[in-house]
Amino acid sequence: MVSVKTNIGRRAFIKNTSLASGGLMLGFSWLNSCKSNEAEKMEVREMPKEWFEINGYLKIGDNGLVTIISPNPEGGQNVKTSMPMIVAEELGVDWNNVIVEQAPLNTALYNRQFIGGSQAIRTSWEGLRMAGASARYMLVAAAAQVWEVPAAEITTSAGMLHHEASNKSVSYGNLASAAAQVSVPEEVELKEIGDFDIIGTSKKNVDGTDIVTGKPLFGIDTYKDGMLTAMIVHPPAFGLKLKSVDGEAVKSMPGIQDVFPIKVLEDDFTRQHFDTCAFLEVVAIVGGSTWEVMQAKKALSVQWEPFETYTEERQPYRGPQQTLTIPAGLESTDVHRKKMAEMVSKKAEVVRKDGNPEAAFKNAVKVIEQTYTAPFLAHNCMEPMNFFADVKEDSAQLSGPLQKAELTEQTLAARLGMPVERIDIQMTRLGGGYGRRSYANWALEAALISQKMQAPIKLVYSREDDMTGGIYRPAYQVTYKAALDVENNLTAIHVNAGGIPESPLYADRFPAGAVDNYLAQRWEINTNITIGSFRAPRSNFMASAEQSFLDEVAEAAGKDPIDFRLELLDHASKNPVVSNPIDYDAQRYAGVLKLVKEKSKWGETTNGISRGVSAYFCHNSYAAQVVDMRWENDKPIIDKVTCAIDCGIVVNPDAASNLCEGGIVDGIGNALYGEQTFKDGVPQKSNFDTYRMIRMGEAPKQIDVHFVENNIDPTGLGEPTFPPVFAAVANALYKATGKRYYDQPYLT
Amino acid sequence: MALFNLNINGKTQEIDVDPNTPMLWVLRDHLKLVGTKYGCGIAQCGACTVHLGNNAVRSCQLPVSSIGEEKVTTIEGLSENGDHPVQKAWLEVDVPQCGYCQAGQIMTAAALLEKNPNPSDSEIETAMNGNICRCGTYIRIKKAVKMAAGAAANS
Ligand code: FES
Ligand code: FES
Repeated sequence: MVSVKTNIGRRAFIKNTSLASGGLMLGFSWLNSCKSNEAEKMEVREMPKEWFEINGYLKIGDNGLVTIISPNPEGGQNVKTSMPMIVAEELGVDWNNVIVEQAPLNTALYNRQFIGGSQAIRTSWEGLRMAGASARYMLVAAAAQVWEVPAAEITTSAGMLHHEASNKSVSYGNLASAAAQVSVPEEVELKEIGDFDIIGTSKKNVDGTDIVTGKPLFGIDTYKDGMLTAMIVHPPAFGLKLKSVDGEAVKSMPGIQDVFPIKVLEDDFTRQHFDTCAFLEVVAIVGGSTWEVMQAKKALSVQWEPFETYTEERQPYRGPQQTLTIPAGLESTDVHRKKMAEMVSKKAEVVRKDGNPEAAFKNAVKVIEQTYTAPFLAHNCMEPMNFFADVKEDSAQLSGPLQKAELTEQTLAARLGMPVERIDIQMTRLGGGYGRRSYANWALEAALISQKMQAPIKLVYSREDDMTGGIYRPAYQVTYKAALDVENNLTAIHVNAGGIPESPLYADRFPAGAVDNYLAQRWEINTNITIGSFRAPRSNFMASAEQSFLDEVAEAAGKDPIDFRLELLDHASKNPVVSNPIDYDAQRYAGVLKLVKEKSKWGETTNGISRGVSAYFCHNSYAAQVVDMRWENDKPIIDKVTCAIDCGIVVNPDAASNLCEGGIVDGIGNALYGEQTFKDGVPQKSNFDTYRMIRMGEAPKQIDVHFVENNIDPTGLGEPTFPPVFAAVANALYKATGKRYYDQPYLT
Repeated sequence: MALFNLNINGKTQEIDVDPNTPMLWVLRDHLKLVGTKYGCGIAQCGACTVHLGNNAVRSCQLPVSSIGEEKVTTIEGLSENGDHPVQKAWLEVDVPQCGYCQAGQIMTAAALLEKNPNPSDSEIETAMNGNICRCGTYIRIKKAVKMAAGAAANS
């Protein structure tokens, strides 16, 4: 066993133990929180008469049933199943006797209740293990006291405590009351990884039955007594602001209660990183039913006018406060493209330089140069943005789908002028997030509308509001240049990466460190179109450009694309470029390439099948993919994707595969079809009739996911399979059509 | 406003709404049957799929006045205990990620199997092509449809 100090997440252990002393009876609803796919077992499983709260993550019933609280919001990454699995592992209970509950936002108890950066499991791994292990410790201590034997002689298994010498056994349930009185240990022992019996086994989604039977799980499913429905009208174009609104006519429409403008953020509001807001003033329409409000929305007459260039104060996620300039103007995609194309030959900021790239390019026998572009992308979560708010004079109750509830709460507090303690936020299941729900301007809008109406309201965005509301994946462009010497060795790489309005560059990632002469530059073009994190931010484009380019360089060098990458990684691990650090582990990187090579039977050819490979490192994990493609009737058909991934220990393998499959399908869809374009500031795609999403017929027929087995603490999984597949597709398309694909979306 | 007597999930429901109101909003706002989801409102995503008689239809495009006596089945009424073969297969394959699109997917799949108990891969793709899943669960959906078809064939 490994002894660790219980400092991580200790808040959750300590506060609640004091609460629980005396065996606190907690309110609990069996039907709402029962672990649903165990529905058949419900009848045999009796509810406990009393629950004992051991710490902030778990409570044990007097009959041995255990409730584990899942701290982070669930948006399809399956953390609501996998995080409790980690607690259950260290606690030592039968998973069938576990019920899972979603935690409310509680910054006093839990750390980082976020969805984002694929970090939930990685950052909570130790804390969750300790929650389970310290509860187990407390049960053991309670048994030692009752039996008057040394704690060291007590063993546990599947919810039971044993003392072999005296042949005594007791269930966790029987000792829960006594355990709740034991003080929290300063140090606990964690299981050896080899002894895991829950982690590493596939457990079904704890919300599975609720999902397939249509239970109200999502924010948009919220209906409360006296609740009104609200929608907003935002400017039809970036660069416009509200001039005036005449709501009188629609106020008399059936069901409509009020129409009024709201100032989402005051002009001098200091924004946090996730307070990006495209439309500072919007018009709210409030009424009885969604349909009625939708009709009024259509009939409403609103005047807009161009805004002048302005500045806003912003506190970025890291680093000092910034003043951002929001330029006036109505922007168009064709102008964006021209401006980006001009950057290929302009001077850009040098971010990293190794060796002497100028000399290497001068001495090169072959120089390959290519430019890659990608458009803005809309997130298109299937559940449109929505939020419930009931704001009173001195308190506020809110609920809805949030990725960063803690930050949303702070912004709400600042905007409403109400202390955070008076604001209660419930986190509902997210009908998709992918970064979009980190930017919760709609939560502010809901709160302000409720405040004005003095009534509980649910704000719902139409699909059009959602798709034309900004927070897009930025538009990007990168130019790569490679130098080959007479022996076809790669002697230099130059990467010049920019975008509107941010550069996607990760200067210290592969192939940095694998090439002696390396130059990385960046540039940015300002815009008033708002952007935000989008599944694997920046990586989602860098991977596609870098891995497409390396494919082309490998070909120019006359090398197999996998062998070529492995050579570079070998160089990075054996003769690393030491002038600057790199942020990847070259051996783990090579590991996924070797695994995908073996599993895809790379090198074997099948008639009519074109193959493309790609590998990328992001969110602390390594992923490599091989795409098998047929070209039929002028269209690609993807027969199979083989994926190798190294994300450390895999908590819930089948669910992890599901997430990888999803990242791959989503990546293929965005690579082939995804784009948002603009004309005079107006987003040109506002619904799924024009914004093409991948559908079943276009998805791969088969995806095989292979995990690298190791004992490294778990790392990210929701994002890492997404970026590389763009390039695996481009490289397969090249084999299938003889044409290199440089501009996304690849099929238009 | 007008009064309608609707047959929903085997029960008669009296509703007083604007005759143009799509069934999607009648179900969600008025009957609190929220399993049927809003995704696009223009018949492009399939999140709102219900059964009208035995057909899978987009409830966002279905005015309440067009229903008449026809039976409406929603995800809540697909089976009594969540044990329709399609629902069981969905759990067995552990299809959902975020889950938002899944009620619509299940309703489309159930209607398909009703008409074509043993669909080929391409028949499944054609039937399911109107249902978008941004999470990308299509492979599992197809697998679950086949499993449900197999289960029905064996029972
Ligand atoms: S909401 Fe009806 S098809 Fe999308
Ligand atoms: S499971 Fe999330 S959209 Fe389908």
